Amino acid sequence: MKRYLAEAKLWLIGIPVAIWTLLPIYNLFLYSISTKQDAFAGKLWPDHPTLRNFEIVFREQHHFLGHFWRQLGNSLLIAIAVGVLTLVVATTAAFAISRLKARGGRLVLNCALFTYFIPAAFLAVPMYKAMGAYGLLNNQWALILAMVTIASPYAIWVLKQASDKLPYELDEAARIDGASPLQLFRLVYLPLMAPSLVAVGIYALLLAWNEYLYAFLLLSRDEDVTLAVALGQFLSADDSPWELLMTTGLIYALPPAAIYYVFKRYMQSGLTAGAVKA
Amino acid sequence: MDTGARPPPSLNCEGGISTIALPQIETVGSTRPPKKGVSPWKLWGALLLAPYVVVFIVFVVYPVGYGLWLARHPESYRQLLDDPIFAGSVVNTLIFLGVAINLKMVAALLLSGFFVQARPWIKWLSVLFILPWAVPSIPTILSIRFMLNPEWGVVNQLIFKLTAEDGPNWLNDRWLALSMAMLVHIWKSLPFWTMIMIAGRLSIAKELYEAASVDGASAWQQFKFITWPSMQTLYLTSTILSMIWTLGDFNSVYLLTGGGPADLTHILATLGIRYLRLDQVDLAMATIVCAMPLVLPLVYFMMKRLSR
Repeated sequence: MKRYLAEAKLWLIGIPVAIWTLLPIYNLFLYSISTKQDAFAGKLWPDHPTLRNFEIVFREQHHFLGHFWRQLGNSLLIAIAVGVLTLVVATTAAFAISRLKARGGRLVLNCALFTYFIPAAFLAVPMYKAMGAYGLLNNQWALILAMVTIASPYAIWVLKQASDKLPYELDEAARIDGASPLQLFRLVYLPLMAPSLVAVGIYALLLAWNEYLYAFLLLSRDEDVTLAVALGQFLSADDSPWELLMTTGLIYALPPAAIYYVFKRYMQSGLTAGAVKA
Repeated sequence: MDTGARPPPSLNCEGGISTIALPQIETVGSTRPPKKGVSPWKLWGALLLAPYVVVFIVFVVYPVGYGLWLARHPESYRQLLDDPIFAGSVVNTLIFLGVAINLKMVAALLLSGFFVQARPWIKWLSVLFILPWAVPSIPTILSIRFMLNPEWGVVNQLIFKLTAEDGPNWLNDRWLALSMAMLVHIWKSLPFWTMIMIAGRLSIAKELYEAASVDGASAWQQFKFITWPSMQTLYLTSTILSMIWTLGDFNSVYLLTGGGPADLTHILATLGIRYLRLDQVDLAMATIVCAMPLVLPLVYFMMKRLSR
């Protein structure tokens, strides 16, 4: 009897947690398979479920969606560029700080940590002005470089923590065998760090794909903006087609969720370990 | 500072070791041309550090310096203090920090106790539970915004069906709208902090609990004497970190309420961007400078903590 009571208590927590978590996501899904009439009727399942919304989005058959594929491509390219550049910047820095004990490494690490702790929304205003001064506004490089700036401090921190754990004897052995610093980096360091590199690359990629604030500040032409900005533009009109907005939103939300689940193992061990060192 | 390229002293010492070690030392020496000053290891250290240093100077130091220079006029601060929206935003920000974060962290601490229970269905639930954190903010926050629409949103339709009365106009009242923004924030970031708390709980030795239950300790006593003492550092660090991030949580407020009604639900992060959109950059920067007394002590605490 007591066993059942304990089990019931768990379900009593689990069911509200599931509803709380899934409700907004289910609502998103519901709109995307509803006709306009059904969408506003407040039903838990539409009378006439349809894939028509997806067809409209994929064929760009609404003036809000005139550049859907282009914007999806922008999101993808920018995310990949940020992922790759962050990896390059962070890996080299972490290697120099942790393995080569570069002069000033400690200071650079502290600068990176400081940047990591400054909320991105506060850095946005000065970043916007600086990008204007560099003449990069409305150029996709502005967004890419801004996101690399935001993603790399945490990336450096995680990679530095991970590379400190590699045994130092490895480096010594390589040096005694006459390896150059670059050989050590390429042949010893990179292969051993592979799992952390995956975690950091995916982290930067997702951060860039999901970013809204910087994207809508730094880019404005319809052909340049990412899908996130395009979604925000729906808000500006009173007669927005909500069901199409939700459909596009669902399409936009699926890739990062899928990537997260595929790389979940790397992400959780790699990132939560570095997030809070107790 | 030592480059580390020097062989360990033990290799140089007398006896059998030196005969093995000496030729090796010579190979190290021969691959490096005898140079005065910079060794290739030091040189490469500086070279590999350079990309990030450039990024930091060009995209952090210069913008921040430029921003502070723009924020130098006392006039901006006078204007800011005269703007009633600013005072409201400060209050909202403090409420956001005080209420939303504590609710979230307590919920994360308690939920982590639920998720560490070994049941297959709880394992599955924990996979679903991550979703709010794994998907981008915009679609889900807009979805919540539609759910709260007073006329055709799911929430009010449900209220109407159950009570035959009209539900409240959720986003049209300052406190109601702010509460909803806090709920959105909690919805979005609770999974992440729960994950952190789960990791914390899993690192506690199981034997402690076994010994405690043999001694007949109640669930509350186990929490008070085992769980909490081992988790309190983690809990404090997480709370501080969450405060810093929440100060910059632009999306939860901007995408849900847009700062409305009548600019009453702004927090400092959205207010700065609002001034920027209105082309009042001086005021935008002044707003951010005014947020610094909140941010910097927290940042200092975290830096001390992490940079050891």
